[in-house]
Amino acid sequence: MANDDLAGKRVASIEARVDAIQSALDERGFKPTPAVEELGRLAQEEWVPRNGARVVAKAWCDPDFRKRLLADGRAAVTDLGFPMPKHHRHLVVLENTPKVHNVICCTQCSCTAFTLIGLPPDWYKDLEYRARIVRQSRTVLKEMGLDLPPEVEIRVWDTTTDTRYMVLPEQPRETIGWPEDRLAAIVTRDSLIGVSRL
Amino acid sequence: MDGMHDIGGKQGFGKVRYTLDAKPFHEAWEVRANSLYAFAVRVGIFNMDEYRHAIERMEPRHYLSASYYERSLTGMLTLCVEKGVLTHEELERRAGGRVPLAAASAPGRPNVATRERFNVGDRVRVREDYVPGHVRMPAYIRGRTGTVVAESPPYPFPDAHAHALESQDEPTYDLRFRSQDLWPNSADSALVHVGVFQSYLERAS
Repeated sequence: MANDDLAGKRVASIEARVDAIQSALDERGFKPTPAVEELGRLAQEEWVPRNGARVVAKAWCDPDFRKRLLADGRAAVTDLGFPMPKHHRHLVVLENTPKVHNVICCTQCSCTAFTLIGLPPDWYKDLEYRARIVRQSRTVLKEMGLDLPPEVEIRVWDTTTDTRYMVLPEQPRETIGWPEDRLAAIVTRDSLIGVSRL
Repeated sequence: MDGMHDIGGKQGFGKVRYTLDAKPFHEAWEVRANSLYAFAVRVGIFNMDEYRHAIERMEPRHYLSASYYERSLTGMLTLCVEKGVLTHEELERRAGGRVPLAAASAPGRPNVATRERFNVGDRVRVREDYVPGHVRMPAYIRGRTGTVVAESPPYPFPDAHAHALESQDEPTYDLRFRSQDLWPNSADSALVHVGVFQSYLERAS
């Protein structure tokens, strides 16, 4: 089909566009299908917020680990069994305190520490969050259900490089002394991003 | 480029459509699109900076109306055509309809020759650069002064790496800005942190 024949033709469905490139790569010998299936499995089953939750639970229970995590996040999570992708050369862990609340975003695309936090949820990728969180942080957090007291300082972190960020939420007082597994179960993805507190 | 993607601080957007337990994926093609771009990076068809830049080059109306994974797929398809994996005609023939791609790229640039090393606590100014190609400086910090709070290991320089130009890796600095300095009298009070490449910075006088 010549290009002219496409004039006025409808845009191909999104599934057809995906099929088109996958089949073209396949015919050219790239063998995409096994890797695509494996990457799909990783994205849905292995790169999940439970990883970040386990890092947080460990940091709550083990002061030495916490210190290492805050000093060199990438090395600390790798030691715990959560290696990060090659291009994420640096992980900065942001410690919430009674007076400081951290929240992360990516205004230009939607970068995250996805091996720890999981692939980002819809709202993180939406234009509204990307445009507003840097400028109207307190208002946006309140709209999302997190009404911070005025004395709490908000620190926003825009992921503009391949350095990755993860929030270390405050441990709820009533959970002090709980075993690590039980602690990990209360840490939510949204608290690792910083749009909620525990 | 001052593209449609650079929306930090833009006004007029409504409430975040927030739901608890929002899913990263909703349809099977989204998982596949995400895996395909990662596969293409893995086998060396393009790099992450080229990928981000291809998304930025999407026609603004298409950029704004496309979902996240449609943008991702469009970036990937654009680069596969530009890199000669297949032609646009073949892509459209295989897809059975039109396949919108991103616009052509403007030239990239090498590292800035006069860049310098900074320390935590230094006051630095973001250079007032207008870059036609890829750049990872959000417009809301252009010309603004912030304080260095951390330094990263060296990364590929995106302005060159997105255009397959040779360059030196350089560190990035996490800079702290006061929201009131970025948007005087027009922002909630907060400290806003941005990772900034060395080439985008000069010492504040």
